Amino acid sequence: MDHPIAVTFIRLIVALPLAGAAINFIAGAWLQKAFGKRAISFLGCGVVIAAFILAVRAFIAMIAIPPENRFMLDDLWKWFDVGGLNLDIAFWLDPLSMVMTLIVTGVGGLIHIYSIGYMHDDDGYWRFFGWLNLFTFAMLVLVLGDNLWLMFVGWEGVGLCSFALIGFWYKVTANTTAGNKAFIVNRIGDLAFVIALYSLFAGLQSIGHATLVTREVARYAPELAGTALNFAGYQSAYPLVGFVTLLMFIGATGKSAQIPLYVWLPDAMAGPTPVSALIHAATMVTAGVYMVARLNFLFSMSPFTMGVIAVAGGLTALFAATIGVAQTDIKKVLAYSTVSQLGYMFAALGVGAYAAGVFHLMTHAFFKACLFLGAGSVIHAMGGEQDMRKMGGLRHKMPVTFVTFMAATLAISGVPPFAGFMSKDEIIWQAISHGHPVVWAMLLIGAGITVFYMFRQVYMTFFGEFRGTHEQEHHVHESPPSMAYVLIALGALSVVGGLVMIPEFIATFKPFEDFLDPVFSSEVTRRITEAGIHSHATEAAFGFVTFTVVVIGWLVADLMYRQQKLNPARFSQMFGGVPYEWVYNKYYVDEFYNRVIIQPYMFATRALAWFDSNIIDGVVNLAARIIVFLSWLSGLFDHYVVDGLVDFSANLTLDVGGRLRRLQTGSINGYLYGILAAVMLILLVRAVVRA
Amino acid sequence: MSHALTLITFVPIAGMVLILALPDSMKNASKWIAVAATIPQLLIAIHLYEYFDTTTSAVQFAEKVSWMPSYHISYFVGVDGISISMILLTALIMFISTFASFGINRAEKGYYAMLLMLDTGMMGVFVSLDFFLFYIFWEVMLLPMYFLIGIWGGPRREYAAIKFFLYTLLGSVLILLAMLGLYYYSATPTFDLTELAANSSHYSIGFQRIVWIALFIGFAIKIPAFPFHTWLPDAHVEAPTAISVILAGVLLKMGTYGILRVNFAVLPAATYQLAWLFLGVIGTINIVYGAMCAMAQTDYKKLIAYSSISHMGYVMLGMAAFTAAGINGAVLQMFNHGTITAMLFILVGVIYDRAHHREINGFGGLAQQMPIYTAITGFAFFAGMGLPGMSAFISEVLVLLGAWQTHPVMVVFGAATAILTAGYLLWTFQRIYLGPLNEKYKDFPDLSFREAFTLVPLGIIVLILGVYPHAILGLLNTSLVHLNQVVLSTSGAAVAMVR
Repeated sequence: MDHPIAVTFIRLIVALPLAGAAINFIAGAWLQKAFGKRAISFLGCGVVIAAFILAVRAFIAMIAIPPENRFMLDDLWKWFDVGGLNLDIAFWLDPLSMVMTLIVTGVGGLIHIYSIGYMHDDDGYWRFFGWLNLFTFAMLVLVLGDNLWLMFVGWEGVGLCSFALIGFWYKVTANTTAGNKAFIVNRIGDLAFVIALYSLFAGLQSIGHATLVTREVARYAPELAGTALNFAGYQSAYPLVGFVTLLMFIGATGKSAQIPLYVWLPDAMAGPTPVSALIHAATMVTAGVYMVARLNFLFSMSPFTMGVIAVAGGLTALFAATIGVAQTDIKKVLAYSTVSQLGYMFAALGVGAYAAGVFHLMTHAFFKACLFLGAGSVIHAMGGEQDMRKMGGLRHKMPVTFVTFMAATLAISGVPPFAGFMSKDEIIWQAISHGHPVVWAMLLIGAGITVFYMFRQVYMTFFGEFRGTHEQEHHVHESPPSMAYVLIALGALSVVGGLVMIPEFIATFKPFEDFLDPVFSSEVTRRITEAGIHSHATEAAFGFVTFTVVVIGWLVADLMYRQQKLNPARFSQMFGGVPYEWVYNKYYVDEFYNRVIIQPYMFATRALAWFDSNIIDGVVNLAARIIVFLSWLSGLFDHYVVDGLVDFSANLTLDVGGRLRRLQTGSINGYLYGILAAVMLILLVRAVVRA
Repeated sequence: MSHALTLITFVPIAGMVLILALPDSMKNASKWIAVAATIPQLLIAIHLYEYFDTTTSAVQFAEKVSWMPSYHISYFVGVDGISISMILLTALIMFISTFASFGINRAEKGYYAMLLMLDTGMMGVFVSLDFFLFYIFWEVMLLPMYFLIGIWGGPRREYAAIKFFLYTLLGSVLILLAMLGLYYYSATPTFDLTELAANSSHYSIGFQRIVWIALFIGFAIKIPAFPFHTWLPDAHVEAPTAISVILAGVLLKMGTYGILRVNFAVLPAATYQLAWLFLGVIGTINIVYGAMCAMAQTDYKKLIAYSSISHMGYVMLGMAAFTAAGINGAVLQMFNHGTITAMLFILVGVIYDRAHHREINGFGGLAQQMPIYTAITGFAFFAGMGLPGMSAFISEVLVLLGAWQTHPVMVVFGAATAILTAGYLLWTFQRIYLGPLNEKYKDFPDLSFREAFTLVPLGIIVLILGVYPHAILGLLNTSLVHLNQVVLSTSGAAVAMVR
């Protein structure tokens, strides 16, 4: 790990989709007008496929290297170097980021191709591919960034693209509201994530290793073992790593739609279906899983956080599955299914089965992308209809869609030997093997419900009689080749994609886990992953239990929705219909958040704005008024007192002068008499004074 | 280039004289003279950037001439890491805002003359190293701003202008008193800020605290810090577009710059004691309060004005951190806020010029009619949200990362406001640009070339500083780390003096 192989091609993998996005955004409208949509397709898909080819070449090169040296670094330039935090714009490839890059560019490339057909009639074709390319770029930055801040750049970048693509059809306000919700809920998670990074950096700085470069954090993480959380000099007893990892997990619940921050994902289905497949199933929502797996050396150090992750994952897996049961929108079912399947991945990480979690991430990318694109194919054929109650019997009219959808359904249901069986069975087994019976039970029940809602969907959509309008029935057709071939490719991957990691009780063949081994090789992680039961007989027994539950789930769905021997309404009316109502309304979580957080907040903002313009500015204006009033007073004083005095003295002078003027008679005699009188008066006064 | 700083400061005055000398028949030439005056300024700023020595915290490009020797006043200008980024910002924003002024069609000569006088005042503040000179430029700024709002503003322009004028005048008086206090009680009577800074330990801590608070209030009005901020929304709403751009882009930074240049450098011991309250707590209040008030606004421009208050709070919080990351982040945030808010106010102006109102709920669906305008607005909004990959992300992260070690609770509030910011900006974006097109606006033209020309360079800078913030941080770091050390080094001394 310490001596990366310096390479310069990783930047190309990242830059290609960025170039695609830049060209589309700057010149896309013009290109589309001048050369037609074909030019946009060529550009938009070409850059991602080229990135995929580069990734495959990198993979081939990587396998040739001994496992302990599988680490390539492409260092571009200095990002910033301030206050001890010295980060570069640099990308790295290790086995984990390699797997993710292959998924992002591979599955992503397929979905790009699918979009050619799906979005063909949309005027915003160039805009769509621009955002899809930008998303691929951001996701690659997230995966390949060599430090945690760069990872965060990708982390928020995919959030931006998700926002823009959910609200892609922006003329409908509901779509853009869903986009806003997604972005804002994600920011709540991001708040926890950035605080985690601040405290992690402060902690590392306090032990003399100021860094946030992921591989360096990995190297120094063990030294944090004894470090307690320190708040500006206040020493707490809580372990720093526990605090950091818990916050990081909260960040992951936002991006990866786990309890309590999953609420944005079902609404996100407002976006075009390829977006749901790419962003809200295969790649972006797995970012949280990737992050935990990436930082396994930290998470493994905190048993408490691991426990929280396992329980939250198990709970989400079960909880979301129950909501999926009552949905009638073909995409909403898959959305809750995604939330549930992500719960499985987190449960795997939480019990310490990192490789199983990443494995399920990969197989889920195959079969859930296939399911979403299949659903998209149906929606496309139905002229935009998404309500399963208006479908039915489509298997004859859309054979390719049906067969591939079926393959993916079997995969997600965990039927051997399909891909989902390999990964999901492994997770359920690892839960009990690592001593988490409660999590195991939740995952097991969840698995049964998963089969139920998936087959319910298959039966409602593809079996029985067509229940839509006459025009819809006339319009239904198989999708164009660009979409069909992609479905076939993903369907095939749903079948065979799991063969790279086979349960131990069947065969000893785990190249996937071996490939990832260097990533999960820190001492603490080793201790956790290697714990557990290693008996093949026990594993087989538990595998049988899981399989039984799967069969039961299928049987119930079959009886209800294909054979129609059981009436679903009878179950929905149980206990006065209350449980069904709660499930149908998604447990009123949205309403709860709206009442408890959003409305009070909006009220508070209005109250503050009132306070600002009436109280604070009121004081300012009052001060101004007081000054004006005082000036008026002083004006009065000035006028009546100061000026009055002046006038008074002037008047006095005039008055006195006026009176004295009468003395001035002009007659000499008068003056002489006056002088004489004055002299006599003076003499008289002197005589009196002497006496 | 010798006398670079004198040139960069007084070139606009030359332009002003030319404009005033124009006969009325040629008044259309005044805008081009204004443009011609800002171009050399921008070129000199680039020259300074190129030749600025990043390895020293000492003053560079200094010019010192004795001016009023009997009062120890000199014409002393110079640049260091604290001011270099602000000089760049001023030159850039003035260049942009002359183009953004082309819509002015009333008394152009007076307008552009005032604009250039304002330019000199602002540039002068940033280059002055003599407190008296600083104060003179500070006052020179005030008058043209008053007339620019009061004559070329909106319907309530006179109220807004007088409010701005009186409020800032109050601040000026406090700064004047503080300046005289510093002068009379200095070791050797001087207005030289570098000398005052070197002898800062001469002042008793009690004296420092009084002067510090007087200066703080004077500067805080400009930032504007809570609760002295209410002049800002009024001034913005009434000011013409280009004046709002200058006001938010450059003028607000005067406050935080002044605190760094005078409070931090000259009164470090008081800074160490008081910053947590006056910069930390008030800064945090600014951040949260501004964002929440913005959410409730229905006037587009007022909303952006409150977002400015919120974003300037990060600058204050970063300054209160007393860490290298915090103070670097603070000054970088000053720069980034300048470019991003300038964009936002130009964007508001674009729609105001067409619709003649700014009622957020009165728009809708503009994206269909004005796609380029919408795209650039989206870009600027996400820049304002501190989206990673754009400039404000780096500065906000540095501020919060730096402050985390000293003020964790404030950081939690500051970081949580990122959610609130996303809330009001996205909601605004949705109401104005998305949804069905309001029929009233179906013949609005998209951005003109001139409008795009004022926005695109700023956008490019925002992007570049997101992936290569080192371009600015490299300039700041040495001086700011030094300044931070000066403040920190007083901690022991300050405690001793209190006892």
